[in-house]
Amino acid sequence: MPVTVRIPTPLQRLTNGQGEVPCEGKTVTELLNNLEQRYPGIKERLCDQSGKLRRFVNVFVNEEDIRFLQGDQTAIKDGDEVSIIPAIAGG
Amino acid sequence: MGLSKEQVARYSRQLILPEIGVKGQERLLHSSVLIVGAGGLGSPAALYLAAAGVGTLGIIDEESVALSNLHRQVLYAADDVGRPKSLSAKARLLALNPEVAITAIQARLTASNALAVLQPYDLVLDGSDNVSTRYLVNDACVLLGKPLVYGGVVHLDGQLMAIFPRRSACFRCVFPEPPRPGAIPSCQEAGVIGAAAGVVGSLMAHEALKVILGIGDPLVNRLLVFEGQHSRFREVAVRRNPTCAVCGDAPSITQLAEEQGVCNGAEVPATERGGSATQGGGRHQTSEVRPF
Repeated sequence: MPVTVRIPTPLQRLTNGQGEVPCEGKTVTELLNNLEQRYPGIKERLCDQSGKLRRFVNVFVNEEDIRFLQGDQTAIKDGDEVSIIPAIAGG
Repeated sequence: MGLSKEQVARYSRQLILPEIGVKGQERLLHSSVLIVGAGGLGSPAALYLAAAGVGTLGIIDEESVALSNLHRQVLYAADDVGRPKSLSAKARLLALNPEVAITAIQARLTASNALAVLQPYDLVLDGSDNVSTRYLVNDACVLLGKPLVYGGVVHLDGQLMAIFPRRSACFRCVFPEPPRPGAIPSCQEAGVIGAAAGVVGSLMAHEALKVILGIGDPLVNRLLVFEGQHSRFREVAVRRNPTCAVCGDAPSITQLAEEQGVCNGAEVPATERGGSATQGGGRHQTSEVRPF
């Protein structure tokens, strides 16, 4: 069973409009690399040139912020849910 | 002091709640809330707070009512188009509940006026429409130690949380740095469903009332996300970041400065935002414009 990745609306045009996509990876970094294979361009939106997650991008594994887990080395197992949540500024 | 006959009638449906009662109602009547931005979020929030009898409401907004506001900014009627928002809002709220004191501030919240504007209020509700104001409101609330209810909406989606400065995650703990200009869409660019703004704005008012009344389980250290496509709520855990630039243990932000005027999309067309974004001269200089 793969991991479910929740894609925020602004990035869904890279995932053919899908808000949830299945993907695999043992860590967040691996997951993002695999996501890039399937949806080219997505990693660059989430990570800077050195491959580190951009600071305005929040990634949650099973509702927990990876900044308080092991960052991009946070382990992921089958069945986990990974959410990418950007700030929403509109009002 | 007790409540007047009219007050008992007006607030009867919430007075009978054991969580509120006469004591709670008196607390509301003596409370004050500043609403930053009288738009899609500020409109429903202001209506519910005035209706509930929050004694003093401040409304700060620099804009005038536009026809394109009316599909979601339920404070305003067609007659208000062209009128200053804060004044139209004041008239509408007084018509709803004449005993609420409304302070209309027809101005933009800036680094130089924010502390003075926020200071008199018990709680701040951020319904602004741009990234720089959101960081400014957050930082000002942290510096003043004032509870804040943050909410945002765009497209069909929204999110909100309550912030007790230095005791719970602040906006900057969750989003340490502003995105690059154009990285997250404004309502003008991406569009927004009025009812989604109503969902989030109403929840913001709900949280504000809970915080004032000291009831229930406030939305602190929890970011509530509304996924409008599926009409589903999700919640993620957030935490105070000990290294947060403003509320952390050794903060680098000890006075207000405006973040770059990013995403001031309400005024500036997307194609021009790269240029305009660099004018502000805030902390993060870049003219790069691209999605996300």
